[in-house]
Formats: sequence, C-alpha cells, structure tokens
Amino acid sequence: MTKAAALRARSGWRYRGNVALRTLAGTVGAYAVAALAAMLLARTLPMGRLEAVTVATMFSYLFAPAVTVWAFLARGPWVALGGVIVLSALLAGLVWTSGGFA
Amino acid sequence: MSGASAMVRDGVRQAMAWLHGWTGLLLGYVLFVMCLAGTLSVFKPEIGRWMRPEVTAQADSKSAIVAATGWLSKNAPGSTGWYLTAPDGRANTVEASYDQGSDYLYRALDPVTGAPVARETLGGEFFYRLHFELEIPYPWGRLLASLAAMVMLVALVTGIIAHKRIFKDFFTFRPAKGQRSWLDGHNATGVLAMPFHLMITFTGLLTLASLNMPWPISAGYGDKVMEMYEALAPGSVTRPAAGKPASLAPIAPMLTAAERAFGGGHVGRVYVFNPGDAASVVTVYQSDADTIGYMRGQASFDGTTGRLLKSWVERRPAMRTYQVAYGLHMARFAPMATRWLYVLGGAMLTLAISTGMVLWIAKRRERQPLSIGNRILERLNVGVITGVPLGAVAYFIANRLLPIGMAGRPDAEVSVALWTAAAAVLAGLALRPAIGWPLMMGLLAFACALAAVLGPVWSTEPVLLAGNLLFLAMAGALALIVRRQMRRRNAPTPARRRMREQPA
Repeated sequence: MTKAAALRARSGWRYRGNVALRTLAGTVGAYAVAALAAMLLARTLPMGRLEAVTVATMFSYLFAPAVTVWAFLARGPWVALGGVIVLSALLAGLVWTSGGFA
Repeated sequence: MSGASAMVRDGVRQAMAWLHGWTGLLLGYVLFVMCLAGTLSVFKPEIGRWMRPEVTAQADSKSAIVAATGWLSKNAPGSTGWYLTAPDGRANTVEASYDQGSDYLYRALDPVTGAPVARETLGGEFFYRLHFELEIPYPWGRLLASLAAMVMLVALVTGIIAHKRIFKDFFTFRPAKGQRSWLDGHNATGVLAMPFHLMITFTGLLTLASLNMPWPISAGYGDKVMEMYEALAPGSVTRPAAGKPASLAPIAPMLTAAERAFGGGHVGRVYVFNPGDAASVVTVYQSDADTIGYMRGQASFDGTTGRLLKSWVERRPAMRTYQVAYGLHMARFAPMATRWLYVLGGAMLTLAISTGMVLWIAKRRERQPLSIGNRILERLNVGVITGVPLGAVAYFIANRLLPIGMAGRPDAEVSVALWTAAAAVLAGLALRPAIGWPLMMGLLAFACALAAVLGPVWSTEPVLLAGNLLFLAMAGALALIVRRQMRRRNAPTPARRRMREQPA
C-alpha cells in the first residue's frame, strides 16, 4: 500500500498503528538522531572545544525537523522507525568511539 | 510530468498537510501565548515606562547604576548578588534582581535616588518571563516552551512543503468565504513573514539550548559544565565569598574602565556578587543595544579594591555567530524601525497561529457536523484567542487601579492577568461560539479603551501617549470586527450561500 493510499484510509488499527509508529520515529527518534549527531559534531569538528559544542548545538535544530519530516514521508512506518533506530545506533557507535560518552 | 510522480508529490503534500495540522493543534495554544507575550516583550522597556508613570527622572546609565548600588549597599548588603540592568534611551529605571533573606526580589529603581519606585510592578518583565517560562516553575516551563518551539519548527517546515502555490497564494484573499478566507488569512500571515518565523523559532530554541539540547555540551565537557560557562564568558569571575565583611569600592571608575575595555561600548548590565563580602566581584556586561551580538563584552573587577581582574570582547567566529543568533532573538540591538518590524513579524505569527486554530474547525465544520472533541476545541478557540489578550490588558488596568503601596502589589497584578484569562477561557467554553466571539471581542475592545482612559488618556508624556493611542487603535479595530460579525450573523452563512448557488 502506498503512503498516499494509507493516509487516505484514515481509520482502523492499521492506520492508527502507522501514525503511532511514525510519530514515535518523528519525535523521540528525531530528537535522538539530532542529539547524537550534535554529540558527534561536538567531538569531531576541527575547532576549539567550546566552538565545536556551539556549532553542533546550532546544527542539531536543523537535523531534528528534517528527521521528523522524513519519518512521515518514509515508505512505511517500520521503515521510518527502523531507519531512525539504525541511524541512532550508527551515530551512537561513532560518538562512543570518539569518546563522547566518557 | 508522469502520473506516478505527480501522485507521489500529492502524497507528500497530503502527508505534510496532515502533519502541519496535527503539530499545530498539539501545542497551538501554548504557542499562541508564547508569540503574544514575545511580541509584547519587544517593547519591554516602553511597557515598563507606561506602567511606572510617576518616574519622570532620567539619568545616564552610569550614574543610574551608581545610585542603584548606593541604595542597595544600605538596604541589601547581605545579598548573594545584585543583578542590575542599566537604563538606556528606552527604559528610565534600573532593573534590579536580588535576594533578601529567603526572598528573590525584582524591582525597578529610580535612576536618580536609587530607591524602588512607588508603583511596584513587574512591568514588561511579566510578558518577558511568560514568553519562555509560561508561569510554570523551572525547568518545566522552559522545557515546555522548548518543546513548543520544536513543534513550531516542524509546523513551519511542513507548512512550506504542503503549500502548493506559495507565491500565488500570497496575493490571494477571498473574504467572507468561510474556510477559504481563514486559509487565505493563515497563508498570508504565515507566508509573508516566513523568514522571520523561521529565524525567531530557530534562535528561540537556541536561547534555551543548555536545557533542550544539553547533549553536545556533555559530549564536549562531560560533567565539567562549569568549564564551559567559564569559556563562554572569559571576562567573568566566580569565586566563593570570603566570609569577612567589607565595603564596595566606588563603582563609577569601574564602569568607566569597563567601557574602555569594550573599546568604547556602553554599560548594559552590572552584576555584583557577594556585595558585602571581602571577596566581592563586580562584572560589567556591554550593552546589548550596542551590537546585534548578545553579551559581546564583559569586564570583572575586585569589588573591594576596584582593580580590573579580567576583561573580554568576543571575537571567536563561532561564538560571534552564536551571539548574533541569540541577539537576533532578543532584538535589543534593534532601532525603532526594526523594532516595529519585529512587532509586525510577531503579530503575524500570532495571527497565523490563531487563524490556523480557527481553520482546523472551519475545515471540519464544512465537511460534516463537528465531533464533540472539535466542538470543545471550537469553544476553546474563543476562550484562548480572546482570553489571553484580555488577561494582558487586564494586567495594564490592574496596574492603574491597585493601590500604590499595597503589599504584594506586583504579584497581585499578575494574578489579575491570570484569573482574567482563566475566566475568559471558561466563558468561552460556556457560551455558544456565535455569541462568544462577538461578546468576548467586544469585552476586549472595552478593556483596551478602559486601559487607554486610565492611562490617563490626556497624558502628553510620549511613551504614555503612544501606549494610550495603541490601546485606542486596538479598541477601534476590535469594535469594527465585532460590528461586522454582528451584521453577518443575520446574513446567510457562506456554507448555506454556496449550497444555494450550486445545487447538487
């Protein structure tokens, strides 16, 4: 079922589950991706520590809405949620190797 | 264009329109309060002057700070800190926050005598705090404001994507056509000032970054957050109290030395830490009216000797960028014309939010009878959209009617504002919207007129005159809208008219 068709059929548990999963990906997921991406930038940007943290913080507000929009445009709800989880895990791994969780 | 790609595109638009509607609905009322209070905060110094009409004395920033510290030395020497904002061409009092015993006080001090002004009020500080704290204790108010700002950012982006003909719609207005008119109004106010809306939302999030996005800070600094604050303002000095009493050295030479350290910049804020202690520190911040960048320079002095300890003028590119973004939100740099553009932008965002909330209902009403949830929303719209401004105007009226010298006067003014807004929301819920809208807007018009009369209306003092004229203009505009509504109540509604014109 295409997304357009799914959104047109606005009833039933299938639709509600779709919206719930995308909402989860687009809120908690979007924030997690933005926060982790900002942590990675804060560790890796080639500038002073405070400047890296500041630039990373400013970028985080661009990442979050982008992920939210994507979560509602992805092919399916599981793709949205899975994509966000995979991306978060990848970023978390990179943050960990760069020492951001220390 | 192939049919498939057109379908995908329409699907994208539909999904974004859906998301735009729900994100807007979710925190629409919170955003309405924030935008209205934020718009009013642009004129925070002028609001302070309207609300303290007895203060006519003027003094330059440095002598006003000297007077204020003189009064505080006698009346609050045991405080852990005095946080002073100097007057400039706009405000004419020193804003002082300090602790006395277990109380934290916010007071406006006379620029010449340094004593608190008789008509105690929070002035514009109420709207300023409401804008990002929403009358909810720390940190929850600021977190809710952050969440609302993030939702706003998503609503703006999805609104842009959902929009089919962004340029054409810009010139489209179809009055008295129900849903279409609301949509046109929503589009006009939303699209016209879109760069402003995006800027103010993004920079607003940034001002609360340490609360809403602390993770990059913890990645960079771990649990040594104090190191970050020291690096952020290298001209500030924090040191513990010595525990030995001492008196402050004269402040005036420190202010002059600070201005020299700023390369000719002006004194904006002066923080005195542990003022009655041998280890006191005086930190002077450059005026935010000097440049767009917020908190550009600081200079710290040993309080007992007046010796310069550290000074700093920000030149790091990333930090300048951050300060400019922050300063763009605060708008303290803005000269008169720019300030009015901020007010216009803020008013349009407030209108975009309120028309969006009304549109949610208008759209659903034309499709089918409203569900119970939407009927409650329809009434909440009346209560909130008229009630929040009504509370704000009641705050100004209370400022004139509450007796001077009354105990807890500043809090009483705030209570009047909050209870008025709460009563208005209840009235909106109780009344049929067809009656609620004109009645509540009529009440708002009356309140605006009353505030102008209490101004008093014959005052020729420029700030009072301007304030009174604005109140009268709002009263007039609202009265005209109410008259139109009353007239239209007897005319056929757009829905009925359309049914007559296009029989099925």
